[in-house]
Amino acid sequence: MSKDLIATKGQCMSESPEGSASVGELVLSLRGISKHFGAVSALTDIDFDVHAGEVVALVGDNGAGKSTLVKVLAGVHQPSSGTINFRGGAVTLPDPRAALTLGIATVFQDLALCENLDVVANIFLGNELSPLRLDEVAMEMRAWTLLNELSARIPSVREAVASLSGGQRQTVAIARSLLLEPKLILLDEPTAALGVAQTAEVLNLIDRVRSRGLGVVMISHNMEDVRAVADRIVVLRLGRNNGVFEPDASNQDLVSAITGASNNAVSRRAERLRAERDQSDGGQAKEQRQ
Amino acid sequence: MTDVKQGTSAPLALDRADARVKHQEGVGGALRAFLDRVRSGDLGSLPVVVGLVVIWTVFTSLNPVFVSSSNLVNLLFDCSTVGVISLGIVCVLMVGEIDLSVGSISGFASAMVGTLWVNQGWPVALAIVAALAFGALIGSLYALLFNRLGMPSFVSTLAGLLAVLGMQLYILGSTGSINLPYGSALVDFGQLMVMPKWVSHTLAAIPGLAMLVSGLRTFARRRAANLSTRSVVGLVARVAAITVGLELIVAYLNQSRGIPWMFGLFVGLVVAMNYALTRTKWGRSMTAVGGNREAARRAGIKVRAIYLSAFALCSLFAALGGVLAAARLASASQQAGTGDVNLNAIAAAVIGGTSLFGGRGSAYSALLGIIVIQSIASGLTLLDLSSSLRYMITGAVLAIAVIVDSLARRSRASHGRA
Repeated sequence: MSKDLIATKGQCMSESPEGSASVGELVLSLRGISKHFGAVSALTDIDFDVHAGEVVALVGDNGAGKSTLVKVLAGVHQPSSGTINFRGGAVTLPDPRAALTLGIATVFQDLALCENLDVVANIFLGNELSPLRLDEVAMEMRAWTLLNELSARIPSVREAVASLSGGQRQTVAIARSLLLEPKLILLDEPTAALGVAQTAEVLNLIDRVRSRGLGVVMISHNMEDVRAVADRIVVLRLGRNNGVFEPDASNQDLVSAITGASNNAVSRRAERLRAERDQSDGGQAKEQRQ
Repeated sequence: MTDVKQGTSAPLALDRADARVKHQEGVGGALRAFLDRVRSGDLGSLPVVVGLVVIWTVFTSLNPVFVSSSNLVNLLFDCSTVGVISLGIVCVLMVGEIDLSVGSISGFASAMVGTLWVNQGWPVALAIVAALAFGALIGSLYALLFNRLGMPSFVSTLAGLLAVLGMQLYILGSTGSINLPYGSALVDFGQLMVMPKWVSHTLAAIPGLAMLVSGLRTFARRRAANLSTRSVVGLVARVAAITVGLELIVAYLNQSRGIPWMFGLFVGLVVAMNYALTRTKWGRSMTAVGGNREAARRAGIKVRAIYLSAFALCSLFAALGGVLAAARLASASQQAGTGDVNLNAIAAAVIGGTSLFGGRGSAYSALLGIIVIQSIASGLTLLDLSSSLRYMITGAVLAIAVIVDSLARRSRASHGRA
């Protein structure tokens, strides 16, 4: 199954992209990024590359530094050291505005929506059309277009976000990230709150975004989702790079890179289950012999 | 009429494609939607309207002079000064902060006008501009303390309350009060000047006309964009009700002196602020910062600039209110801006429906709230009751308003509304 996926991916990548970045061009390149919070080193010497038309999955256990890395790229946190290259030039991201203007859009894990504003206002927050005389009709139309592209099921764009479910809020947050036609999209746990169909929609969306020649960085704990869309899997562990994998890498390799040892909770559990199965198989065999 | 067509033959409007959502159509539907909103805690200006009806009924039954047009005209004069201050309070409450020093700033502004204009001989306009600039400066200082040092606005403005009051006493010196000359334009504006009848009737027709024009334009644009539309009949009915209501009020007030220009200025400022808060990017940012500061920051909004604008506007309006109060009283004294001015201004905004918790509110709450507060004051004065009772009753009304705000907020949370 994974082979089929890779084949279709290859086709997608060979199509000429609509975006200005040509496929394969290095969109983002991090070198030696470190981030300290007081005595805690959340990130140490991280190297990280994203090419145009590529989905890079960022995986790691809790506390591995995935969300911190995303926040550095979104301009929320400033790195303690290291360089960020975006589309060939060294950049600094002093605040979220800077990241947005460069073309880095982020869907945060906590979504960062204003619950007291309606869906249209949230999607256009900070980018309202005609600032001195808000063009509500045009904004509502564009909001519906974006949401329909995502096959979103939002009951009304004039309801406050407080009245939406978790999955609906996720969709609103993703729609908002697409508004500014970014070059790189960062998705922090985009499918965690979603149902089966919505997850598939988001994965389809990621495919569509990639085929437009955009770089996508996706954090996920769900290995199935990661394998389904990612071109590369970058593993972080305790704030350091801990290997890069192809999506067809074995589960065992991935898990041991994430947890840091071949002897870990996951492998021990697999071992135990296998032992139990062998035992019961053995027992049945004995019974049969008797 | 258009709704029926949508339901049967025409393709579904862009925002009506989801079959699970109930959409209330027509007049009955609008009424049901309103009841639903109220039940879930989205009260809007309902409490203040109910409160006004109760207060007016009680005071009129105790003393029929209360609803006489001459008393109501006086009420409008008195509303305008604290009302303008309250408009500033709406700004800081929108971003979830507070300014406790508006009374002192208004007092200092009136003292500044008195000193510069009467004692130093400056032109009156220049003195007023200086007072307003000073107000904006104090607000910017609060914003600086808040943005750069993280000082809670509650504390910095409490400190400002004392400091600015001290400055007011200092510049008034030993005399303690300065009388503004009777017959000057400023004092006339605060005490006498009313609109000619034709002006007030024309102005009363403008809101309805504006609603009609913008409503019809929105209707046409939404239909062209394949979005659902509200019924034209409903729009015309609302416009007719508002226009007739306003014209009747104006006609009644014109039986006495008429509508004060000062009240006209206040309402003009309210309308302008309402536009700024609801129809501009700045207003959207104010609401966003009050609702979720971090989300606003991540959306690229310059949060510090928004706080600066809120605090500066609040102090600016406070200073303007102080100038108007000086004009109303024809004096700048040590008592100006002290006593209940501070609390009345904050109470008016909250009673009118602006939330103390940030992110919810409207410029109209200043207008509605101050009318409630001044009605209580005026009614109690007519009953010849002392200010001790007035303070107690106003305090109780404020407490009730905050309780309603808190309960409505809890109810909204449990009904999934912001």
